[in-house]
Amino acid sequence: MNAATLFGLCGAALVGIGLYGLITNPEPLRKILAFNLLGGGVFLLFGVIARRAAVAGLGGDPVPQAMVITAIVVAFAATAMAIALVQRLGDETGRASISSDSSGTGDGEEKS
Amino acid sequence: MSIASVFDVALVALILAIGASTILVRKAFAAVVMFVVYGLLLSIAWVRLHAVDVALTEAAIGGGMTGLLLLGAVARSRSVNVGGPWIGRPARLATCALCALVVAGLAIAMLHPPEVIPTLAPTVMESLPQSGLGNPVAGVLFVFRALDTLLEKVVLLLALLGVWSLAPDRAWGGMPGLHVYARSDPTLIFLAQLLPPVGIVFGIYMCWVGAKDPGGAFQGGTVLAAMWLLVIVAGLQKAPAIGRLWLRGLLVAGPVLFLAIGLAGWVFADAFLAYPAGYAKPLIVAVEAALTLSIAVALGMLAAGPPERAQQQ
Amino acid sequence: MPAATALEATTADGALLVLAIILPVIGILLSFVLGGRYAERIAGILLPAGLGVACIVFLKAWHSEKSLSYIVGNWQPPLGITLCADGLSVAMMVAMAIVICLIGVFAHANFGSRAVSVETRAPMVFWVMLMAISGAMNMIFISGDLFTLYVALELLTFAAVPLVCLDGRAETLQAALRYLLFALLGSILYLIGTALLYGSYGTLDIVLMSQRVHLEPATLAAATLMTVGLFAKTALFPLHLWLPPAHAGAPAAASAVLSAVVVKGSFFLIVRLWFDVMPGLLSVAGAQLVGALGASAIICGNVVALRQRRLKLLIAYSTVAQIGYLFLIFPLAADPLHLQYGDALTGGMLQAISHATAKAAMFMAAGLVYASLGHDEISELGGIARALPMTMFAFGLGGVCLIGLPPTGGFLAKWLLLEATVATAQWWWAIVIIAGGLLTSAYVFIVLSRAMGAPSEPLTLHAAVPKYQEVAALGLALLSVLLGLVALGPIDVLQVGRPEAPMAWLR
Repeated sequence: MNAATLFGLCGAALVGIGLYGLITNPEPLRKILAFNLLGGGVFLLFGVIARRAAVAGLGGDPVPQAMVITAIVVAFAATAMAIALVQRLGDETGRASISSDSSGTGDGEEKS
Repeated sequence: MSIASVFDVALVALILAIGASTILVRKAFAAVVMFVVYGLLLSIAWVRLHAVDVALTEAAIGGGMTGLLLLGAVARSRSVNVGGPWIGRPARLATCALCALVVAGLAIAMLHPPEVIPTLAPTVMESLPQSGLGNPVAGVLFVFRALDTLLEKVVLLLALLGVWSLAPDRAWGGMPGLHVYARSDPTLIFLAQLLPPVGIVFGIYMCWVGAKDPGGAFQGGTVLAAMWLLVIVAGLQKAPAIGRLWLRGLLVAGPVLFLAIGLAGWVFADAFLAYPAGYAKPLIVAVEAALTLSIAVALGMLAAGPPERAQQQ
Repeated sequence: MPAATALEATTADGALLVLAIILPVIGILLSFVLGGRYAERIAGILLPAGLGVACIVFLKAWHSEKSLSYIVGNWQPPLGITLCADGLSVAMMVAMAIVICLIGVFAHANFGSRAVSVETRAPMVFWVMLMAISGAMNMIFISGDLFTLYVALELLTFAAVPLVCLDGRAETLQAALRYLLFALLGSILYLIGTALLYGSYGTLDIVLMSQRVHLEPATLAAATLMTVGLFAKTALFPLHLWLPPAHAGAPAAASAVLSAVVVKGSFFLIVRLWFDVMPGLLSVAGAQLVGALGASAIICGNVVALRQRRLKLLIAYSTVAQIGYLFLIFPLAADPLHLQYGDALTGGMLQAISHATAKAAMFMAAGLVYASLGHDEISELGGIARALPMTMFAFGLGGVCLIGLPPTGGFLAKWLLLEATVATAQWWWAIVIIAGGLLTSAYVFIVLSRAMGAPSEPLTLHAAVPKYQEVAALGLALLSVLLGLVALGPIDVLQVGRPEAPMAWLR
């Protein structure tokens, strides 16, 4: 097994770990954390695909490398927005959880 | 097994262990610290994958800036930290099975690469001289796939507006709160006085060499943003009010210049986002410089959060 | 493949496609510098201009019966990026541009910023995000590159989420957060697929990829992950849980744009994926499974809608159901044994367009009802039909379109789908389509009969409703009714650039 494949398997496993955290953990901040972990795994897959396509004296195919740079910035922007949402939600309610039993339906009826 | 591959196996094992504990550890604060370590380990993996450009971006944004944001959020949410219930065991097992399925699918895909691995590397290297750039990744970002890069700047602006939109009405136009730390201490102030001059020079250098060597607008912008945040967090300077014209101007300067040059390409080079022959390199360097500033301001303001205090006129 | 390679060149009017994308971008940048006070004025110029561009593109494609394309920066794919507008793109572009413009008219009452002297939060955010949604939708419709489509998806997400919680109430913040998490999961799954496909075929260009694509493990994994991710963004059952609170909690104009426009973006991408990127790769079992999810959405969405006590939630659940119809095109159109590409695909697109017009009208009507009553409890609607006749008429017409009565667009769409069930001998989908229509008529009837009933106590109206808001809602409702008439002509445009019955030589 060469290094690229090894990191490829690592990326695949990270996607799984991140997905598990994203689905199971009820705390929004931990979900955001898991999303970033998942993202790291996905980016690693790009890196592996770039690395195994290395020719022409380059360390890897520059196209997937460039895409990852774009995607990392987008993921950061998403994280910033999600955290701002969590904090505002925390300010508004004093608790930050998006469990389904406390969704908009019930609260809305009382208010309106 | 060579030394390098022993190192790789150890690195992968460490990444997976840290990654898993980020998810499994009970305390949110510990999880964030784990995550920062995870980001740094990932950038080592990127170096091992011969992608120094990405390693720099991952270390600067993936580990550094994201870690800073999350730490701030955890520090702030500690008082209101009431986690809901975890989902039940059957659901967790089902999720586990689903995730294992995803991992298996990806692993099979990774273990069975196509017989002839397709690559655009030779095509990029053939066309790169026309742009005058030496760094193929910069070539892809600013020449061949310039549309993506331009639109991604718009994504960044929208995300920033999205963060600002979470402000209360009365605070609109005012200053972000930025409560990463409750009070600044002497060490922080010392660092904030010492590091920025060095960091700013380094950031500009990164942007400049990006045309030829690894580095570029994103990495340079991130370093500048980090320095700026340090100064703000240490209390040496206030975060600017979001209504300031200079702030808005800096935010759009990069995309506007990029778009203007793209439109000029329509007239002078026959296509939108094409560069006229011979002028490509200076134009791209100008775009990169403007983008570095815009990215630095956008990332910094994203990290600073929504406005909380009304503007004092 | 001469037809495919001919696409990879800039056509005469290809430059219009660039305009369709950069007009909204210019608007966003201008609004940031000039400030929120000018955002509405900028949108007021650029959104109609975008509609004009979309109309010209539509007419060009319709008359020449050819796709328009543009090669950005003159860099040929696989290195560069192409824009390509085929029949599906131009039809969706025009429809969404019209809906967005009318939503803009409606929103003036709530987000008008012409009179104020300082920049205020909600108008600035709303108008910038509306322009961003229009740009992102155009990108999704005309981009010929899988990674540009990813950027477009993210643009759409970041524009849509803040609209959900514009009023800053805790429950809308919660809905927005949940929406964001679902959307981010969807995008990242799509991104994994993009990586795998690039790894297998060395291109991101849709045309080039469609020539190289074949069944192998990485492609299968990519297709599955991308499709599931886009399901989450489109709120296909059972990934629909985020939709009702998000769409029902947002301000009326925002609900209209979210329900009518935004969900169609990710749906369009699924169609692109299976009909253009990987034509013929969808297995019969896979198509039946997607169809089953669509059918479950129709039944569950409608049944839950019937049980709602609030009007906006009812309309939101009805969106869940109507999205289900869109996915019936997969068993009906992508069945490799029958090759009925034409009717079902046309029906699906028409369903997307007629739902957009009808649903925008209904959300606007519900918003006006809410504004004048101060609530939207269905049981307390008595007398509102007398107070706001034009609004309730618009609601009724929209409902008629959703039910699928002639001559509405909804009728034509469902008729084409039904025809396809007969042609492909898949009677079970016909039962679902008809049952869905009956359930829809039940809740539309309940709302209308309440609204026309006598009030339990004399009706006190909280606020007067501007006439032009009612006219905007009615305009959209009338459009949804008149859409049935496209059968007389423009419907052919959907076939532009579509290969005629691919793999027909198999028979």
